Amino acid sequence: MAVTAALHSSPPVPAEPLLEVEGVTLQYKTKHHLVTATYRVGFRVYRGDRFILLGPSGCGKSTLLKGVGGFLKPVEGSIRLNGKAIERPGPDRMMVFQEFDQLLPWKTVKQNVMFPMLASRRCSAREAAERAMSYIAKVGLDRFCDVYPHMLSGGMKQRVAIARAMAMEPEILLMDEPFAALDALTRRKMQDELLQLWDDVRFTVLFVTHSIEEAIIVGNRILVLSPHPGQMKAEINSIAGDAAEALERRIHGMLFTEETEHAGEPS
Amino acid sequence: MSERAAILPPVRPDFERRTLDARNIGEIERPLPLLERLTNITALRRFLLLVLLAVIWQAYAAWLDNPLIFPTFADTLAALVKGFLSGELVSRTATSIKVLLMGYAAGVALAAVLTGFAVSTRIGTDLLATLTAMFNPLPAIALLPLGLLWFGLGNPSLIFVLIHSVLWAVSLNTFSGFLAVSQTLRMAGHNYGLSGIGYVTRILVPAALPAILTGLKVGWAFAWRTLIAAELVFGVSSGSGGLGWFIYENKNELETANVFAGLFTVIIIGLLVEGVVFRAVENATVRKWGMQQ
Repeated sequence: MAVTAALHSSPPVPAEPLLEVEGVTLQYKTKHHLVTATYRVGFRVYRGDRFILLGPSGCGKSTLLKGVGGFLKPVEGSIRLNGKAIERPGPDRMMVFQEFDQLLPWKTVKQNVMFPMLASRRCSAREAAERAMSYIAKVGLDRFCDVYPHMLSGGMKQRVAIARAMAMEPEILLMDEPFAALDALTRRKMQDELLQLWDDVRFTVLFVTHSIEEAIIVGNRILVLSPHPGQMKAEINSIAGDAAEALERRIHGMLFTEETEHAGEPS
Repeated sequence: MSERAAILPPVRPDFERRTLDARNIGEIERPLPLLERLTNITALRRFLLLVLLAVIWQAYAAWLDNPLIFPTFADTLAALVKGFLSGELVSRTATSIKVLLMGYAAGVALAAVLTGFAVSTRIGTDLLATLTAMFNPLPAIALLPLGLLWFGLGNPSLIFVLIHSVLWAVSLNTFSGFLAVSQTLRMAGHNYGLSGIGYVTRILVPAALPAILTGLKVGWAFAWRTLIAAELVFGVSSGSGGLGWFIYENKNELETANVFAGLFTVIIIGLLVEGVVFRAVENATVRKWGMQQ
């Protein structure tokens, strides 16, 4: 991580992508239907990316994230991390979910953060405790390390979940609308904190959201998906400052104007 | 419509102000009056209710004046104290509880195997669902004749019916607890690379603990009443019988106060296990974790 941080000051594109998603079609079964969630989606995530999957509900962005998480096998195409195909869920791709109940209620904040490190036998108990405390401090919850999750507010729970994922120092963080269930003020604050953390640690994150504003704030690269089934619409670099508003309008236009190529046309 | 369109709220000036220091506002919270605080204590209310019931009992029995049919509360209490002091009730209770714990432990262990199987395979799920649907409604005591036939008079047939009374209640609750574990927690567990036994013991069991504890409590109540009933039927084995047999013997000797004392002991032990043992376990786990209020 430290090496990439140093490299980042001069921005030549790193040669090797960390995550390669190629022509991925994902399907899942409900009781009565086989649903195609994404259709031939491909993208590459490089180290240090804050890569956003943006789209309205039904565009398969969460399903795509589950695919990268290893919970779902693509029917066609491939998902590779560091060149190796993803077979099953694993602690090299830590997930942060939207739901507050992702923390284990029977463990304190500190134990929650330590648990994945111990369960995956990554660290000794002492090392896990040290790392846990350092990341809990990074999300500003050191005073709450011995508290059980039910005593925390929603925003604090999400901070713990982020600390827990980051303490594993995974290859890539997978965040599934982590701030969607928070109130607007807390959400704004958490977005800023996430960016500060990124400045500090330089992790790689694949971040799912349906909010254009959040995509522009959090991401450096945005993949825009269209719904039913999810297909790629555009891949855009995010901009800060005054141009952000224009970008927001542009993405809004993309998502809310219907223009589909006719099926059967050569692509 | 046009008239309504003309209505506009007045334009008011903005203002900003500093909030006052809360200490200067005056009283923010005040303790409730003593009587109200006392009546808010559940244990106290229930105790008063018990006292009332005891007074009614004493009055009615004194009025009836027939200790063979209905001894007074004071007589029952005296019999209870005497039974405990002489050690007879103690040894009878110990006999019962020893058998009970053996049957309970065996039942819980079998339930763990059965639900472990059910949660890992579909055929196991079907097996558990079918077996519980068949056997859960069957009163354990109805199996006692079969137990006597297979295992003879004595503890093994008692344990046999105890297992039956515990197994289905615990399995059913544990399994439905497993099914209720949220998808997010399951995914989180898999995300850490947990699978198989580790996944069950480190994610599913603690997450389903409220349901498991309910199952254990129901199983305990079933087992306790099954045991007393079974002891009433044949009771004595190897010299000293349990509490059920104590009740039965004293009924034959028309020591009605002792019958009541025996029943009292059954109730007290039931209350102690529910109110002290299980409550302590709950306080140390599911309540502390905020999974149960």
